[in-house]
Parts: sequence; structure tokens; C-alpha cells
Amino acid sequence: MSYRGLIAETVKFKGHNGDEGEAYHARPTAPGKVGGVVVIMHMPGWDEWIIETTRKFAHHGYAVVAPHLYFREGTGNPDDLGARVRAAGGVPDDTVMGDVAGSMAYLRAQPNSNGKVGVIGFCSGGRHTYLAGCRVPGIDALVDCWGGNVIVDDPKALNAKRPVAPIDLTDKMTAPLLGLFGNDDENPNADQVNRTEAVLKKLGKNYEFHRYDNAGHAFFNHARAPAYRGEQAADGWKKVFAFFGKHLG
Amino acid sequence: MCSYIVEKARLYGVAKGPNSAWMTVDTANVYYDHPYEAQLDHALCVDFVCDRDGARERVAIEISRESALDLIEKINAALASGDAAHAQAAACSLAGSQAEVERLF
Repeated sequence: MSYRGLIAETVKFKGHNGDEGEAYHARPTAPGKVGGVVVIMHMPGWDEWIIETTRKFAHHGYAVVAPHLYFREGTGNPDDLGARVRAAGGVPDDTVMGDVAGSMAYLRAQPNSNGKVGVIGFCSGGRHTYLAGCRVPGIDALVDCWGGNVIVDDPKALNAKRPVAPIDLTDKMTAPLLGLFGNDDENPNADQVNRTEAVLKKLGKNYEFHRYDNAGHAFFNHARAPAYRGEQAADGWKKVFAFFGKHLG
Repeated sequence: MCSYIVEKARLYGVAKGPNSAWMTVDTANVYYDHPYEAQLDHALCVDFVCDRDGARERVAIEISRESALDLIEKINAALASGDAAHAQAAACSLAGSQAEVERLF
């Protein structure tokens, strides 16, 4: 085989409230309809690893959009915008849900769309993915990579920006969910992952969870050497592509 | 951790920021979480910003927990020794003895 050609560029998309923001968009150049994937960035921001991950999905045959969730902070380096957002207490859930919906609409409006769109998120993006699965209609597959705070044990952690624990909306989840977690993670810890699975099971949801020993938070992230676990990441990526292959093909 | 827990210290001072220019800083945003750049699982991060000017620019550090503890210790040590030296200098000034000042410096 030869390697798949792809195009990657920064585009404008309409997010929450019709706000126009930046997103990174990658897609295969080969003709034909393909499934779409929205990549929800992790909390540090719209960094190089997220951009690489976006291209990785295009390399595997998907049209992909990674919205810059901090675009409302204006221009500047993604890390500086991330610092500003953190100091302000993060982005509101409502805004992120609107941006995810806008990203999905962008993908479905492209001539190469087969109409199906999955959502994957990492870290805080994993939580956003779980939440989107409960709040945003039209998602065909969900991949939550170590999203913390899906279960909120301390009610004080709920606030105007994040008013509801995603776990409490699980009954509204309609798309199949793949969850990947490191057993050494602190957020979500193993107990929280177990409790999340128990809720999904009780409600009869279509899900599969995979837990990895000797892995903590962000174990896919080769840009952060202390967190990266090559063997576990390789297996995890296989799970992701098998899952999207099944649901977005 | 992926938390949004940020401790804010109120400051009076300046920091050397972008383009090697001095900028006023009135706030240090301090958090211990996943860093952006440092090759650490968790880092003690400090963003020195000027909130009153909109915090558009920052001087940032991401350092290990051990480094942070060492830095705290050294800041306290520097303040303690500085306070002692300045108190001595002030006493000398009051006494007005040139010889006493020369002995100090």
C-alpha cells in the first residue's frame, strides 16, 4: 500500500451562539465519502499533540475537526490562551457543547461526509465527550480518553460553568461509548471508572471500557514523556480505530 | 489532575516578559497540574500576569514539585538574610558611622 495523502489546514467554523472560531481540519485527499471525527482538546489547550492527533485520524481515513475551544480569548499562543482560560476557571460546558455541535455541523457540510460523526476527547476533553454524548444530538460514536470529573464527588466542584456532573445525565446518552483509562490515574481514579461503568451498565448503555495497568493520565501523549506508555497507547489506538471503524464506516 | 484549581497571589512588582521588556505584574496564578511544555507528569506552574491590564501577556514557569519546594525555601532564606542585613544597615545609618557601614559592605 502507499500512504494516504491528506490535507490539513486551519479553518473557520461556527461554534456556540454562532461565534466564529478557529479549528484544525484534516481530511484524506482520496475521493469518496468518509466518516467524521471531532477531536476535543485536552485542558492544556490546542497544542501540537492535539494537532498531530487530528492528522492521525485523517491518515486513518477520517475527516477531522479539532476546534480551538479557547478561541474566544483572542489571538495569541495556544499555551498563553490556555493559561488565561485556566485562571478564569475554565470554559463553560454550554460553550463547549455549542462548539462541538458546530464542529459536527462543519464536518457534515463537507462534500466528503458520509453523514456519520464521532467525537473523541482527551483529559478534560474526555469529560466533554461524555457530556456531549448526553447533550448534543446526532453523535454516532463517543471515545472518552481518561476524562476526569465525569463523577463529581465534591459538590463544591460544581459551579456556573460546570453545573452538572456528566454522570447524572447518562440516561440521555444514545451513542455507543468507548472508554480508555489508566489504572494509575488520579482523575479519574479506578474507583470512579468502576462507578461510571456501573451506571452505564445499569442503564443498559452500549459501551466498552478498557483499563491499562502501569498507565496513568494521558498515556497516549508522546509529547509528555513521563506520562507516555508506548505499549498501552498502541493497544489503545487499535481500540479507537476499531471502534470508529465499526460505527463511522 | 486536570483541575481548575488556581491560587492567586497579589503582587507588586515587575517581570521581564515578551521581547525582553519589563512588564508590571500584579498577580501570580499558581497551580499544580499537568504542564504544557515541561517533561513532567505534574508541575508547579506560575503565570506572572498583570490582571489590571487584562493579563494578555505572562511570564510563565513550569517546574517540578521538588524544585518548587527548594524555591520556596530559598525565597524564605533570602528574605530572612536580607531582612537581617537591611536591619543592620539601617542601624548603622542611624548611628551614622562610616566605619560601621564599611565593615558591613
